[in-house]
Amino acid sequence: VKIRRPRSRRAAHDVTCREAVALVTAYLDGALGLVDHHKVQQHLGECPHCTEHLRQIRATIEIAGRVDPEDLDPGARSDLIALYRRWRSDGDLC
Amino acid sequence: VSRTAAAAEICADPEPGGSDRGSGAAWACSEEAELVERLRAGDEGAFAELVERFHPAMVRMALSRVRSRAVAEEVAQEAWIGLLRGIHAFEGRSTLRSWLFRIVLNRAISTGVHERKHLAVADEELEHRDGRFGRDGWWVTPPTHWADEVLDRITAPSLAARVHQVIAELPPGQQAVVTLRDVEGLSSAEVCEILDISEGNQRVLLHRARTRIRTALEREVLL
Repeated sequence: VKIRRPRSRRAAHDVTCREAVALVTAYLDGALGLVDHHKVQQHLGECPHCTEHLRQIRATIEIAGRVDPEDLDPGARSDLIALYRRWRSDGDLC
Repeated sequence: VSRTAAAAEICADPEPGGSDRGSGAAWACSEEAELVERLRAGDEGAFAELVERFHPAMVRMALSRVRSRAVAEEVAQEAWIGLLRGIHAFEGRSTLRSWLFRIVLNRAISTGVHERKHLAVADEELEHRDGRFGRDGWWVTPPTHWADEVLDRITAPSLAARVHQVIAELPPGQQAVVTLRDVEGLSSAEVCEILDISEGNQRVLLHRARTRIRTALEREVLL
């Protein structure tokens, strides 16, 4: 696979692909300093592979957010409501 | 809580300088004070709402620390008792949900089946040993494009199921962080507070968890 590299690797930005991938979580959290943030952003603008990688991480986050909070087991619900009622009537439990 | 809002936030361009807003922050602000008041007033409906919303996540959280589901259920139940006991003294210095998750974690740790005092950050999967990159730091094996395919199949139960499974198999620290951040949508500040870890440590754990989930998704999609 021939990889198209950004033309002026050192001049345009100081971030390699490995670094861009390593910083992706901090980047998405907005936790990088202004300078680093812009370096990563610039790298992403030039590198289709890292851009795809970022999109995959975003897709991963998106799917994780859809891992459905499994429906509450009706048994657990009624146990907890019973516990609440005992709490209300006795003022304390256990 | 709206998962669509969470998705929109995740897809927005990040801004530098610590824009630390959990995707569920809106929930915390608008509904929490009201729920606390209702709980204090003895409103069973408020308790039921909280149970509906958080109990499964609390059990999952406990499962990162204890071995069996039955024990995790017990831990979560004890945490609810802790909430009822403490609600009148709750001062709102943290959000209700971080307080709740913190109670779960403390109970789970003291139950202590495989307790670890601190979340270990194992020295693994570091990018410098990652075969995808050459010595110069550029891709040797660039990623195959599949993000769009996943987003197209986002509602496919098989993908969500696979992600669920991968999360359940993660080491405890990674599991706790990714569950709270990406499944529950808590902010990094809340997660640090709940797990009592530094922001940097939290981010390392999150990064590793997401990296593993991404790899599993890739296998699933390219299969």
